[in-house]
Amino acid sequence: MATEAMEQLARREYKQGFVTDIESDTVPPGLDESVIAFISEKKGEPQWMLDWRLEAYHQWLKMTSPSWAHLDYPPIDYQAISYFSAPKKPEDRPQSLDEVDPKLLETYEKLGIPLHERAALAGVAVDAVFDSVSVTTTFRERLAEAGVIFCSISEAIREYPELVRQYLGSVVPQGDNYFAALNSAVFTDGSFVYIPEGVTCPMELSTYFRINAANTGQFERTLIVCDKRAQVSYLEGCTAPQRDENQLHAAVVELVALEDAYIKYSTVQNWYPGDEDGKGGIYNFVTKRGDCRGDRSRISWTQVETGSAITWKYPSCLLRGNDSKGEFYSVAVTNGRQQADTGTKMIHIGKNTSSTIVSKGIAAGKSNQSYRGLVKVSPRATGSRNFTQCDSLLIGDKCGAHTFPYQEIGNSRSTIEHEATTSKIGDDQLFYCKSRGISEEDAVSMIVNGFCKDVFQELPMEFAVEAEALLSVTLEGSVG
Amino acid sequence: MLEIKDLHATVEGSEILKGITLTINPGEVHAIMGPNGAGKSTLSAVLAGRDGYEVTQGSITFDGKDLMEMEVEERAQAGLLMGFQYPVEIPGVKNIYLLKSALNAQRAAQGLDEMPAPEFMKLIKEKISFMKMDSSFLHRAVNEGFSGGEKKRNEILQMLVLQPKLALLDEIDSGLDIDAMKVVAEGVNSLRDENRAILMVTHYQRLLNHITPDQVHVLIDGRIAKSGDRHLAEELEARGYEWVIEEPAA
Ligand SMILES: Nc1ncnc2c1ncn2[C@@H]1O[C@H](COP(=O)(O)OP(=O)(O)O)[C@@H](O)[C@H]1O
Ligand SMILES: [Mg+2]
Repeated sequence: MATEAMEQLARREYKQGFVTDIESDTVPPGLDESVIAFISEKKGEPQWMLDWRLEAYHQWLKMTSPSWAHLDYPPIDYQAISYFSAPKKPEDRPQSLDEVDPKLLETYEKLGIPLHERAALAGVAVDAVFDSVSVTTTFRERLAEAGVIFCSISEAIREYPELVRQYLGSVVPQGDNYFAALNSAVFTDGSFVYIPEGVTCPMELSTYFRINAANTGQFERTLIVCDKRAQVSYLEGCTAPQRDENQLHAAVVELVALEDAYIKYSTVQNWYPGDEDGKGGIYNFVTKRGDCRGDRSRISWTQVETGSAITWKYPSCLLRGNDSKGEFYSVAVTNGRQQADTGTKMIHIGKNTSSTIVSKGIAAGKSNQSYRGLVKVSPRATGSRNFTQCDSLLIGDKCGAHTFPYQEIGNSRSTIEHEATTSKIGDDQLFYCKSRGISEEDAVSMIVNGFCKDVFQELPMEFAVEAEALLSVTLEGSVG
Repeated sequence: MLEIKDLHATVEGSEILKGITLTINPGEVHAIMGPNGAGKSTLSAVLAGRDGYEVTQGSITFDGKDLMEMEVEERAQAGLLMGFQYPVEIPGVKNIYLLKSALNAQRAAQGLDEMPAPEFMKLIKEKISFMKMDSSFLHRAVNEGFSGGEKKRNEILQMLVLQPKLALLDEIDSGLDIDAMKVVAEGVNSLRDENRAILMVTHYQRLLNHITPDQVHVLIDGRIAKSGDRHLAEELEARGYEWVIEEPAA
């Protein structure tokens, strides 16, 4: 293939980079107990929540940043980060879209997310997070009719303290890992979803995360609880404005599925990956875990990861209920100098549990990515099954893809299958398409989308379309 | 339509084509024969524009345009289409999607809009049944898991849909049983008309029993050692290539 054209992949500009200028009410950089107390106070939290945060903070102080991942980045100065930022007058929160800052709406327009249209047309409830505080929530009534709770985590802490207290940290404990501990101490917003027994959520729930205030870490906390026989499909998507300073993002997502419940969690992640030299991109350290707590419950993670300078992310499933099911479908695209260390953990605890892992990694430019997957089958999880398919596609010869499969099988009555391939985007495939009159750009996008098909078909319809478009944008500029 | 003049080409520094001159007019079918390693596939690769083949001397004109100035996809859009000896597999990309993208790329180059879906489906159905292929092939990934014969049929199917001005067929008969060969030959023959030309590269004479060439050229060691009509192919079949080498070049 025309290598110089391929190298242009690394030189494409971030399409969705811009900064919205909204005055922020930001605490000075630094982290100590008083900052945590400030956050808790700003959020109007009860004492137990503050205590919980402080407990997390003290655990975090004793921990060190993990170094096992295949990532290379300078040490993060946690005292240089500002841990709270909110639109100027939180009490003046807009009650409808008309009251939303036009600049914010403009921002959504640029992102191709005309909020009102989108929400109305697609029947999607949107809880948009902007600068750490939810500024608008729609379709609340319709959801309320079904008994579904969908609100910001802060609101949930105030309005549904029992539910939050029961489940918060029950999947990802405060001291689970370095970044989860930090998040537990300082999280500022995120979503809370509760689907009551027997209810199928009447619409797909969607949250657009945005990072916007310069030099502000973003610590989202999401908690989704699906009661017995309940179902929900949750969509998370995000992009960030172009900027010069590395931004830390350490989110925690906890999913709880009780008996016969089904949670489908889909992500399209497109944060600013940094410039050609990797400068200015987002550091994304995420802890996502689903707990199949009840028998026959099912949790499915689908993710399309194209952004961030650094990604550290392993959506996992604890298969505790008998006959429960965990799924992980992932497309990770790295380009330029992006680094990604991603994968999943499937922990089989209940009997006859099954898990499926389909991971598609695409590396271009000078990027590096690793797949790290753990399949652990406990001694009592007899009759359990795992299928893992893990494929890497390299574009050009300056990038790398690595696979680290770990298996711990505690009984002999379980089946584990693992398939892995690494291929280069074939010169032959490209030539074949081009010799049919198809441009190199379209050919690359066609081949890559084909490679990702098994994952895209798991995404909800409109997300699949977005994901394909995102891949095309990512691969744009590949033609010399 | 195609005019090759004194074409020299190198692969990884060594000269493979050593001065080829060949003119193909609209309506003609030419066959290039020759022993293994003579440079037949190299010639098709140079014409299609594959990377790694460097033209060091000579010229190629296609429809009055300098072919060497055209990108691979531009050549295809202009109507020069290559049928591969070893078509590649493209996992996850549906055959019908490739066909549609290729057709629309060609139409876009001609300033036409995309072909409306119903018209496209009608066209595809007609061509696929002509190639005696099951319509399930449209929804399978390009060439993935296709048998050798199915791949070759698929190549011709693309030709039938794209209707090239000049079809370039490299060993299109290799790996085909006699029935598949007939279908492929019928497909190629259906492309024949006074405005189109075909250049076939083949090892064996048997294909030429099904697709009668107007001219046969013997390529030996990067040069056309002899040209003639279809009887030359029969003679080659009977006598091998040795005698051509011993005779002075035509
Ligand atoms: N990509 C390549 N790299 C190195 N040598 C090549 C390459 N392609 C062709 N050749 C050489 O060029 C000569 C002609 O090959 P080819 O055109 O495939 O012959 P034919 O198709 O007539 O059998 C052979 O000696 C072959 O080894
Ligand atoms: Mg050959």
